[in-house]
Amino acid sequence: MSANNKIGADAVMEKGWLSAHKWLLLRRLSQLGILALFLLGPLAGIWVVKGNLAYSLTLDTLPLTDPYVLLQSLLAGHMAEKLGLIGVAIVIVFYAVVGGRAYCSWVCPVNMVADFAAWLRHRFGIKSGARFSRTSRYWILAMTLVLAVATGTVAWEMLNPVSMLHRGLIFGLGSAWAIVMAVFLFDLFVSPDGWCGHLCPVGAFYSLIGKTSVVRVNAAQRAACNDCMDCFVVCPEPQVIKPALKGAAKGIGPVITSANCTNCGRCIDVCSKEVFGFGLRFINKAENNAPQGEAAALGNRP
Amino acid sequence: MAAISKSQSRRQFLLDMAKTACGVGMFGLGLGLYSKQARALPPAAIRPPGALPEPDFQGACIRCGMCVRDCPYDILNLAKPEDDLATGTPYFVARKIPCEMCEDIPCVKACPTGALDHKLTDINKAKMGLAALVDQETCLNFLGLRCDVCYRVCPVIDKAITLERVHNFRTDKHTMFLPTVHSEHCTGCGKCEHACVLEVAAIKIFPVQLAKGALGKHYQMGWEEKKKAGQSLVAPEIKHQYNLPEGFEYEQGRGLVPGGSSEAAPSPAAPGAQPGIPQALHGDKL
Repeated sequence: MSANNKIGADAVMEKGWLSAHKWLLLRRLSQLGILALFLLGPLAGIWVVKGNLAYSLTLDTLPLTDPYVLLQSLLAGHMAEKLGLIGVAIVIVFYAVVGGRAYCSWVCPVNMVADFAAWLRHRFGIKSGARFSRTSRYWILAMTLVLAVATGTVAWEMLNPVSMLHRGLIFGLGSAWAIVMAVFLFDLFVSPDGWCGHLCPVGAFYSLIGKTSVVRVNAAQRAACNDCMDCFVVCPEPQVIKPALKGAAKGIGPVITSANCTNCGRCIDVCSKEVFGFGLRFINKAENNAPQGEAAALGNRP
Repeated sequence: MAAISKSQSRRQFLLDMAKTACGVGMFGLGLGLYSKQARALPPAAIRPPGALPEPDFQGACIRCGMCVRDCPYDILNLAKPEDDLATGTPYFVARKIPCEMCEDIPCVKACPTGALDHKLTDINKAKMGLAALVDQETCLNFLGLRCDVCYRVCPVIDKAITLERVHNFRTDKHTMFLPTVHSEHCTGCGKCEHACVLEVAAIKIFPVQLAKGALGKHYQMGWEEKKKAGQSLVAPEIKHQYNLPEGFEYEQGRGLVPGGSSEAAPSPAAPGAQPGIPQALHGDKL
């Protein structure tokens, strides 16, 4: 970690505050912007988009459907109408391109809650941690699908903090705040990145959509890495970085191919050596000791 | 040694798997039971028009709120977690604000999953619930007054609610006009419950399965079967022959008819059969 023990401090010194927070700011802009678009209707009467993250209709033409909730509905024995199905196709194609878990870091409102908890953990040095396996989320995902079949209902929606928070903000929160608070406290005191990184089946589902997604973060300039470890500390899924960053010797390419990378871009922000950048999955040659390679050229393209 | 460490790590792996599976299983069991419990729809919450039967509805509705948005009268709500029905599903409370029964049914059109059935195109065929005049002790019309408000506001007036005239035995000289719901035509819009002038409505909307009885499948209405067949399906009616005024005959449905012939004796009954008992009860096959 950097000398003064604050994540990204070196990057701020080298690159300036703004470019050391570029992707974070863009992400917050995206998350809050999407929320604002949804709120514009009920608050100001300007109906750009109706509905919520489960299904929405933008400008009365573009349908977007959450494939996870629709799959549960299908397993519960119900076939959706045409617009719902078109919406699913659009969403699946979109996330298969930009990275499934980009949903988590660029759209999901719970991300801000979880990030806040993570920030507080770092800030106050909270070290406690019940560790769950990161595969728990896939077990929970499977469980929710089995439940849909067994109960004939979209059972996970009774509890889902993601839809609970998003729907709550738009249609009235009620006691949904308690569930969101539970996620926050869980992440803060019980388990670091506990919800989004270990348990949430929504993220798990989107990671499967983005298993072969086109847009990926890469460590094209990994030769320049000075082992400050800031990327590992700031990353909500640090296990995805290592092969790409440290795999040169083993002939592993510099692209982070793990489906659980959320494409949040924080590693790009906090790296003072500009090791990371967004790029395409296919440009993944291991011989990146030559920084003039294709991967390097694509390195910092947004 | 390598073999031992391999078997140990396999053991650890299996143990971790079992731990996760058990944890998730417990979690799932809890959630499953909770969702089963939440399948019961509280009676005051009415689903929008075209809603599938409740168990199907909860598998079909993805809680997007499009119906809420496209309702021009802002009638619908999405259930909050603390409400008594499945979180995020749409409902309205008739006593607060009833359905206006839009002819183009925008809520149904907005539904992306068909949880609100797109086959419903005539709002008069909607079955959101069923009105029932549950309290005859407080209903003003049952007390002999002419309130009639539920009848007047009914969008399907004279079909879904009629006023049935019954003699008022209390005053013995008036007529009571009793609001009577006909399930065939009632859409469950809730206008009657909303408009009921009492502090607590005497007429209320209930989910159909709560309000509606069901006859056993083997029940047949004699009068309907008779109409269908064009004649009585029971034994031919026996001529009434006792205590009639001279020169009169008694005809079912018409009463006394003059000019009967006194020769209309009962048809020769089977030996041992008692006269005056319908033939159907004699045990003959019909």
